[in-house]
Amino acid sequence: MTVIIGLEIHVQLNTATKLFCSCSTDYRDDPPNTHCCPVCLGLPGALPRLNRKAVEYGLKVAKALNMEVPEESEFARKNYFYPDLPKAFQITQYDKPLSIRGVLEIEDDEGHEKLVRITRAHLEEDPGRLVHKGGGDRARYSLVDYNRSGIPLLEIVTEPDLRSPQEARRFLGRLRATLEYLGVFDGDKEGSLRVDANISIKGYERVEVKNISSYKGVEKALTFEVTRQRNLIRRGQPVTVRETRHFQEGRGVTTASRSKEEEHDYRYFPEPDLRPLSVAGWVEEIELPELPVARKNRFVEQYGISLNHARTLTGDLKIAEFFEKIASVDPVLAATWTADTLLGELNYRSMSIAAVPPGHFAGLLKLLKEDTITDKAAVQVLRTMLDSCAAGNECEQPAAIVEREGLARATGVDFAAIVRTVIAGNPQAVEDYRAGKKGALNFLVGQVMRETRGRADPRELGELVAACIETTEG
Amino acid sequence: MAGTLSFAPDDRCNAFITTCDAAPYGDGKLSGVAVAVKDNISTCGIQTTCGSRILAGYVPPYDAHVVSLLRGEGAAIVGKTNMDEFGMGTTTETSGYGPTLNPVDQTRVPGGSSGGSAAAVAAGLVPMALGTDTGGSIRCPAAFCGIVGLKPTYGRVSRYGLVAYANSLEQIGPMARSVGEVSRLMEVISSYDSRDSTSFDRPYTHQPSADIESLRIGLPQEYFGEGVDPRVAETVRSAIGRLEDLGAETVPCAIPSMAYALAAYYVICTSEASSNLARFDGVRYGPPAPTQKQWHEAFQEVRGEHFGKEVRRRIMLGTFALSAGYYGKYYGKAQVARRNVRQDFERVLGEVDVIAGPTMPTVAFRLGEKSDPLSMYLSDILTVPANLAGVPAISVPCGTVDGLPVGLQLIGRHFAEEQIIDAAYAYEQEGSA
Repeated sequence: MTVIIGLEIHVQLNTATKLFCSCSTDYRDDPPNTHCCPVCLGLPGALPRLNRKAVEYGLKVAKALNMEVPEESEFARKNYFYPDLPKAFQITQYDKPLSIRGVLEIEDDEGHEKLVRITRAHLEEDPGRLVHKGGGDRARYSLVDYNRSGIPLLEIVTEPDLRSPQEARRFLGRLRATLEYLGVFDGDKEGSLRVDANISIKGYERVEVKNISSYKGVEKALTFEVTRQRNLIRRGQPVTVRETRHFQEGRGVTTASRSKEEEHDYRYFPEPDLRPLSVAGWVEEIELPELPVARKNRFVEQYGISLNHARTLTGDLKIAEFFEKIASVDPVLAATWTADTLLGELNYRSMSIAAVPPGHFAGLLKLLKEDTITDKAAVQVLRTMLDSCAAGNECEQPAAIVEREGLARATGVDFAAIVRTVIAGNPQAVEDYRAGKKGALNFLVGQVMRETRGRADPRELGELVAACIETTEG
Repeated sequence: MAGTLSFAPDDRCNAFITTCDAAPYGDGKLSGVAVAVKDNISTCGIQTTCGSRILAGYVPPYDAHVVSLLRGEGAAIVGKTNMDEFGMGTTTETSGYGPTLNPVDQTRVPGGSSGGSAAAVAAGLVPMALGTDTGGSIRCPAAFCGIVGLKPTYGRVSRYGLVAYANSLEQIGPMARSVGEVSRLMEVISSYDSRDSTSFDRPYTHQPSADIESLRIGLPQEYFGEGVDPRVAETVRSAIGRLEDLGAETVPCAIPSMAYALAAYYVICTSEASSNLARFDGVRYGPPAPTQKQWHEAFQEVRGEHFGKEVRRRIMLGTFALSAGYYGKYYGKAQVARRNVRQDFERVLGEVDVIAGPTMPTVAFRLGEKSDPLSMYLSDILTVPANLAGVPAISVPCGTVDGLPVGLQLIGRHFAEEQIIDAAYAYEQEGSA
């Protein structure tokens, strides 16, 4: 059963001011309704004035996604009642969007390159936000916060080219990276990305899943929906025609919407308060920065790192930039330690790479490169360092951690004596090793490592232990 | 010299919804001049109702651009004038605050929708006022009350702060007893405002001149034909004859697209209105929505109860015209008709300098006379075309029929207010003598 997925992605463009007024977009840490004016409050008589920067950002995206920019585009009103929509219509674009017909390259489930077609990308304003005091259905009333009202959104619509929830997630990851490389989007901001997904099993009805607000959520919601639809089909039950379902992030399920609320006739018509846009000529002038695919290829070429590492490191602008700051120590070592160790440790702590000073991490790499510490000790130093960063204190320097914890690779320690003690104390393991069980050697090395607190190189220790057993009478 | 103007008008015609008994003023071109402002133009700190009960108690936290300009030139904003609810009417009878009476004959309507502004000027309560004109709402009451009113070129005056009825058609404009006063007020309000994206930086700075030697005046047959009271047509013809005496030349012409103008106008204005007025839902303005109900029921209840009949009618018409499946049939067609009207005007105004005709097909109606909405809509036939075409038009008093004022309408090219003001001035100064 082939899965068919198309996405509608709303991203907040990170302009300094809103789409139609000069209110600041930097509202997230501020009290409700403090970033508002007559325009974004929809007060009677206020008029929209288009933010030039938002158009420029939209065109940047259009160019990066190889889209066409028609000679003329136009804003339109989408009319519907909802308490978070101050004018009872949203200024958006309808039949004359800013850009049409583009592509974005991703890797499919087999790791092959695949082009996902983009139908259109258009500008629109974000509505306000409802706050249900007491939470959800139990709230006796709702409060409205208009700080978000008028934030510029770019709605990007794909063709139904995606074939699995995993592919959908990879597409979003690549799109996010592209937008961040362009400098038009900050994916770390809460609510800066919202997705509606159309999903069907080939030959059956399609369902729209709304209200997905994270990358992980997309995969989760779509996986749930694939299972749900497959089960219906297997049981011979119909998939409801053009159903709209809502994703419940907390429970990881989709639920049917009350159909009445979704039956809209938006009565689109051209926004009479704005003039049509003729910006096709502007696209020529726009210069694009290096984008993820180009950067990935450059990393492989310039630094001699593996394609896999290059892919991981360029998948996020901040990580790519971090890597470039520390690559000079030793590109391969830096790639390995960033991609294989650092990202995992950050993920475990829900930390952003922004919290790690590149100089500190480079210091750690230097200690490794100079053989001052072992790999094992390095992981320990890294963890201690990240914990200090996360605590909001000044990040501790790796060298200082090594010093304080006594983690430097041991010199002048009589390893041979420790090895002999361990061999003498574990006759069974020695017996097993002699009988051909390689695992027994690792056990013995582990015992020695414990005694030396990780300050010796495990490979060298292995050789030492093996040699020692050879020379010891059996 | 800055100060405070005390204002306690004997408002027996119900021209005002709100008056300011102590109106501050400053220095400038209009220092200390009492100016009345139509109640759909936002005034910071002064209630702005648009003649609707749904906006009762709404006090804007900001000034419309034109109001800032008035204050900047020292004018005293003395009150907010009555109007048809949201501008939807031709008589000022659809106001939620009672009808305004015509100061010339109190059994008659003052015209609309800027009837309060016209009556305030005609009754001598203020020397000048602001009105707004979507399909004739400045010119009609000016004609009915015997004063001068100018609808500027679309885009020459900022609409920022004007509570929208039909955005693509309406303009704020000056109303006064004389062409000179209208010109003076126009100069103040036409200063550019980048907040209105549909406005142009074409400030008006003109001293009216009565020299109309060799001015070419087009007389469209449609303005003197069916539906126009012959006595009104005759009064206007003789006024145009006086302009000929002063050196103007008249040319017969035709605007065939006028046959569709009224239908196009009502489709466009009701469509835009249905969207503009959707925000009045009892949450932020006016009487509060009942909170114990679901929000959509609460919205419905407030809107059903506090919008007047004519407003509800136009919202429903506009909602229908924009509905899926009907858009092309109504809104789309109306836009085509609108382009045709515009092209007709541009063609004719390529051959003549100004177009002249009556402002209204009749004199002021009796109160309650136009109870049938369709017959009221039909009376807009001569004013609506200028709004569709976006060209400027002025109404200047040119005599009476049965003692009731008749208005001469002069329509000019885009941004050629100067020319129609001169023609109106010439008639006012020399012609009516």
